[in-house]
Amino acid sequence: MLKARIKFRKYGVLRFIGHLDVMRYFQKVMRRADIPIAFTGGYSPHMIMSFASPLGIGLESEGEYLDIELTEPVESREAVRRMNEAGVDGIEVVSLRQIAEEKKMTGMTILAAADYLIIPAVYAEQKDMRRMLPEDWQLRFRAFTGQDEIRVVKQTKRSEREVNLRPLIYHWEFRGDNIYMKLAAGSTENLKPDLVMDAFLKTILTDADEASCYFTYRRLEMYADVGEDGERKLVTLESLGEEI
Amino acid sequence: MRKLALNDDILLNIEKPARYIGGEVNSVMKDKDEVDIRFAMCFPDVYEIGMSHLGIQILYDMFNRREDTWCERVYSPWLDLDKVMRMKKIPLFALESQDPVRDFDFLGITIQFEMCYTNILQILDLSHIPLHAADRTEADPIVIGGGPCAYNPEPLAEFFDIFYIGEGETVYDELLNTYKVWKKYGGSRQDFLRQAARIEGLYVPRFYDVTYNGDGTIAAFTSNDPCAPSKVRKQVVMDVTDTPYPMKPVVPYIKATQDRVVLEIQRGCIRGCRFCQAGMIYRPTRERSVETLKEYARTMLKNTGHEEISLSSLSSSDYSKLNELVTFLIKEFKDKGINISLPSLRIDAFSLDVMSKVQDIRKSSLTFAPEAGSQRMRDVINKGLTEEEILTGAGQAFEGGWTKVKLYFMLGLPTETEEDMKEIARLSDRVARRYYEIPKEDRHGKCQITASSSFFVPKPFTPFQWASMYPAEEYDRRAHLVNDEFREQLNRKSLKYNWHDAQGTVLEGVMARGDRRVGKVIEEAYRLGCLFDSWTEAFRYDLWMQAFDNTCVDIAFYNERVRGKDEIFPWDFIDIGVSRSFLRREWERAMNETVTPNCREKCSGCGAAGFGGGVCVEGKN
Repeated sequence: MLKARIKFRKYGVLRFIGHLDVMRYFQKVMRRADIPIAFTGGYSPHMIMSFASPLGIGLESEGEYLDIELTEPVESREAVRRMNEAGVDGIEVVSLRQIAEEKKMTGMTILAAADYLIIPAVYAEQKDMRRMLPEDWQLRFRAFTGQDEIRVVKQTKRSEREVNLRPLIYHWEFRGDNIYMKLAAGSTENLKPDLVMDAFLKTILTDADEASCYFTYRRLEMYADVGEDGERKLVTLESLGEEI
Repeated sequence: MRKLALNDDILLNIEKPARYIGGEVNSVMKDKDEVDIRFAMCFPDVYEIGMSHLGIQILYDMFNRREDTWCERVYSPWLDLDKVMRMKKIPLFALESQDPVRDFDFLGITIQFEMCYTNILQILDLSHIPLHAADRTEADPIVIGGGPCAYNPEPLAEFFDIFYIGEGETVYDELLNTYKVWKKYGGSRQDFLRQAARIEGLYVPRFYDVTYNGDGTIAAFTSNDPCAPSKVRKQVVMDVTDTPYPMKPVVPYIKATQDRVVLEIQRGCIRGCRFCQAGMIYRPTRERSVETLKEYARTMLKNTGHEEISLSSLSSSDYSKLNELVTFLIKEFKDKGINISLPSLRIDAFSLDVMSKVQDIRKSSLTFAPEAGSQRMRDVINKGLTEEEILTGAGQAFEGGWTKVKLYFMLGLPTETEEDMKEIARLSDRVARRYYEIPKEDRHGKCQITASSSFFVPKPFTPFQWASMYPAEEYDRRAHLVNDEFREQLNRKSLKYNWHDAQGTVLEGVMARGDRRVGKVIEEAYRLGCLFDSWTEAFRYDLWMQAFDNTCVDIAFYNERVRGKDEIFPWDFIDIGVSRSFLRREWERAMNETVTPNCREKCSGCGAAGFGGGVCVEGKN
């Protein structure tokens, strides 16, 4: 059995398709593109397929990952071509690479960080989507991230707890009018960019009810941590695989 | 990239935005400047329901095969978006182009069940098209309705320009060609509708007048224009193998109710159950060639990537090549992780063998539709299923390892007595007893018998079109009586009984056999806020009752009255090929508890032989 990692982009109207539907989408793509994907055993077999990290509705992405198992090798270029031919405008498969077979090496388990681009809605294409921010918002964002601690209440399904976001922001910078951020991701620590921005907006707006509308978010890449002895060394999930 | 009709703000704040964005695999994009006709095809319910409908996929494919036509899809915006669209005055749009429906040449609406009538008004209203056909101008699309409810279109007559009576594959091309010429020369809307009325199978309500007797029944139904024939003949495809069938159906992103390849194996049904409208209006029974179906299965699975394939027909067991087809599907696709779903199978040794191959016996349940509890009642409705067959089938299933059985019944059938009602519980118990006859060491714990009943609603063009209905309280009483009887049964702990709500039944009855005067109730109910009436969370019986009050329309007149043998029914102007005298004969045989053989056993001379095909000519060529 051969393991492979697929990297894909998700953009345009496809940002309104939720994670479960993206899974269903890929199951059908595999059949249409004749990818020799492996199935689980049992009475109702299903495709062996796991996503590194679900992407929320409304987000675009340049770097999504799913791992699959193949029953026979396929040439990377050929498989990518076939999947895109069988796909739609809005999801583009970028690569398919063979990865290590160990169970603990799946994208979901090794995911450690993700990059995001945060785009202010000030210049949104749709006029009624535009939101004005105070003129000095960039200065204030610099001050906001300059703090040692950013404490917010994080709500989960069952409980809420207070967390310090600051150490989970690995890196950030302005890129033109946008903000680029590298955030902790994965099963142990996971920070979503809207949580950071919501916390920020609360400090500059009196009425931040609609915080989510002030920015749009695009995931750019996902990383695993291959560093040793507590030293962080991030490499892209894609780079851990090899072309077939 | 396509520009959406709704902005992010709206899409991110409503349930399932994927319902409204289009762009699915196999959806058809064309250049609107390169086509002559833009057709918006609508299923007036939420996307997941509408996308599961085979008929729309067939027409969508058929229209888009025409180079001069672009057919797009429209579904009902769910309550959350409905509110936003009204508030922001956003016009309803088609999924593919995201353009307003009002800019289209045609708005086609499939009318599959009576409880969607207020949704039809929602579609028109949100599209900013006048609700009444009489108020529309040349700037509005031609609104055309089709589907089973078009066999009594009268309650909706005011809201539609045209009704298409029969199967879509027949005269749509003629209609579209006529439209193209008319559009080119720029005539009036009335002119076009006159030409349409001349096409066989098309009914244009404005060219007919209805007068009423003092007692409210219809005195006369007459054509008021030379273009309109006195009878509209149902359109039917005789060679179902050689008709367009969508090889690339649209594959939704979100899970639709029917998330699978659907193979329509035949049209019509040989059985002749007296309550069943589909069994009459789709006569004669016509089979699709098994070789063609095998080819379709391969191609469609490949083109959609679906993981399930299902057979569609009114009674799959009557398809003469069923064995060959099912054997092929299992051999060809079972190993590829494709599920095979076989609805409407009669339970016998063959079907049990097949089902044990395609499903997990421990998890799946077997379904029987005895429709009535007593043999007497089953004879009245002409359901050719005996208690012996049910118990034998269930017995074989239990011995094969199944433990779950579902039983479907109807309550409120003509001539039904308390004894007939109670038999529902007793028959269910006898099925359970059959299970416990198996030695304890050979069976798997308890069995689970789930009986469900719906209330019978008489439909046009059935032998029971003369039947009377009851008030809602009487239906409730009957269901409770059955429920009490269930509690008396020996195996009551293995039995479960569910029944449908009676309020919807009463409304369905009025819509099903209503006349033009019912239209104002629908409109009033819609104005009062009724929408998605088939959804329990949205259904407002109180508002409907208020609508009847406000419009002075009497429910009992439509439901509870005894209809005379020769009364003119609102739908009598339609010729379905099955004669009224046959239906009346069947009604009388029902009253005498006499069964009628099915079409293959013996022709009963219903009139459908006039179409010259299908089961009527089997073995005669």
